[in-house]
Amino acid sequence: MEPQPVALKVLNTLSILFFLGALGMVFLYAPLEVTMNYVQKIFYFHTANAWVGMLGFLAAAVAGFIYLVDHDLKWDIIEVAAIEISLVFFLIAILSGSIWARPSWGTYWTWEPRLTTAAILEMVYIACLLLRQGIDDPDRRARFSAVYTLIGSISVPITFLSIRLFRTIHPVLIGSGSASAQGSFDMTPKMLVTLFFTLGTFSVIFVTLFWHRIRLGQLSQLVDQRKLEE
Amino acid sequence: MRSVASSSPLPAHNSPPRHNSSFVKSIGAIIWKDLAAEMRSRELLTAMLVFALLVILIFNFALDLDATTRKAATPGILWATFAFAGTLGLNRSMALEKDRGCFDGLLLAPVDRSAIYFGKLISNLVFMLIVEAVVLPVYSVLYNTNLFNPGLVSVILLGSIGYVAVGTLLSSMAVQTRTRDVLLPILLFPVIIPILIAAVNASSGFLQGIAQAEIMPYINLLLVYDVIFTAVAFMVFDFIVEE
Repeated sequence: MEPQPVALKVLNTLSILFFLGALGMVFLYAPLEVTMNYVQKIFYFHTANAWVGMLGFLAAAVAGFIYLVDHDLKWDIIEVAAIEISLVFFLIAILSGSIWARPSWGTYWTWEPRLTTAAILEMVYIACLLLRQGIDDPDRRARFSAVYTLIGSISVPITFLSIRLFRTIHPVLIGSGSASAQGSFDMTPKMLVTLFFTLGTFSVIFVTLFWHRIRLGQLSQLVDQRKLEE
Repeated sequence: MRSVASSSPLPAHNSPPRHNSSFVKSIGAIIWKDLAAEMRSRELLTAMLVFALLVILIFNFALDLDATTRKAATPGILWATFAFAGTLGLNRSMALEKDRGCFDGLLLAPVDRSAIYFGKLISNLVFMLIVEAVVLPVYSVLYNTNLFNPGLVSVILLGSIGYVAVGTLLSSMAVQTRTRDVLLPILLFPVIIPILIAAVNASSGFLQGIAQAEIMPYINLLLVYDVIFTAVAFMVFDFIVEE
C-alpha cells in the first residue's frame, strides 16, 4: 500500500483546522439565541452531521447503482465506505437532535418524519452491514448489498413522504415551515455564516474520512487477495 | 450444476425469446408447482396460520383488548400479524427451494429469470391471502368486530402485493446467506415501513367510516409503492440469482 498522497495529507490538516475554526465560530462568533440560549449552539453541528449523513446516503446509492451496471469491485468499496460513514454521522445527528429536543420540545424523541426517517435509515444501513457479514463470496456480497442499498434508497424517501402525510413539528430552516413547528427561530447573518462554515467543515471532514475508508477497503481487498494466493 | 449456470455471461442469454404465452406459462408452472407441493405437505400454511393466531393471542394479553382499545388497535394488530406471519412464509418458501436443490433446477430451466420471480411472488401472495382470509373472520368472531368491509379487503390486497413483492426479492437474497433465518425480517421490515403506515391508516379509515377523500392519499401511496417495487424487484432479480 502506497503512503498517503499529498492531497489526503492536506485534507487531514484542513479537517483539523476547519473543525477548530468551526468550534470557535459556534462559541465565539455566532450570537446567543434569545429564547433557547446555549442549547441552540448544538444546531450548527446537528445540521452539519445530518447534511454529511445525507451526502453519504447519496454516495452509497449512486455507488451501488454503478456497481450493478459496471460489476467493478471498486464501487463496492466506495459503497460500503459511504454506508459506514453515513451510519456514524446520522447517529450523531440523531443523538445531538435528541439532546436539543429535550429542552426545546420537552422530549428526547417524537415520531416525527425527519427523526423517524433518520432512525429507519440507520436500520437499513445496519441491515445492509449484517447482510454483508453473512456472505463470504466478494462478488455476491457486492451484488446483494448494491441491490439492498438500491431498495433502501427508494424506500427511505417514500417513508419520509408517507410519514409526512401526518403533521410535523420539526423546524424547517430553509423554505417555508409548517405552522405547528416548534423551536424555530430567525437566523441573524452571523448565525447563517456560522452555519455555512460548519456545513463546509463537515463536508471536508466527510471527504477526508471517505478517502481514508476507501483506502482501508482497498487494503482489506489486498489482504484477501494475498490470502488466496498463499 | 453451478458451473453450468455460471458459464452463461448474461442470465437472459440461455432463455428463449420472450413470447408472452411461454412467459405466462412458465409463471403458471412455478405457481402450480408451489401450490401442489403445499397441497401435499401443508407445512407452510399450517405454520403461518398457527403463528398468526398466536400473534393475535399475544396481542390480546399484551394490550388487554377491551372494546375501546380494540377500536383503535385493530388495524395495527392485523398488520403486525400479517407482517410477522408473512416473514415466516417467505422464509420457508425460499428455504424449501434452496434445501432440496430445487432452486438450481429452476435456474437451469430455459425460462426467463423474471418468470421465476413472478411465479414465486404470486404463490407467496396466494399463501399470504389465504392466511389473511382465515385471520379476518377469526378476528371478527373473537372480538365481535365486523371486518367484512370491501375497502378493508382492497387495502389488504394492495398492502400484501407490495409486501410480497419486496419480500420475495429479499427472501431469495437472505436464503443465500449464512444467517438466513434471522436475516429476512431485519432486511424486510425497514423497507416496508411505508406499506405499514399507509395500510394501517387506510384500514382504520375504512373501519371507522372516514370519508373516502381522506383515505385516498394512503391508497395512492400503496399503489405507488406496489408499482415501484414490483418494477425494481423485476429489474434486479437477475443480480440475486446470478451464480
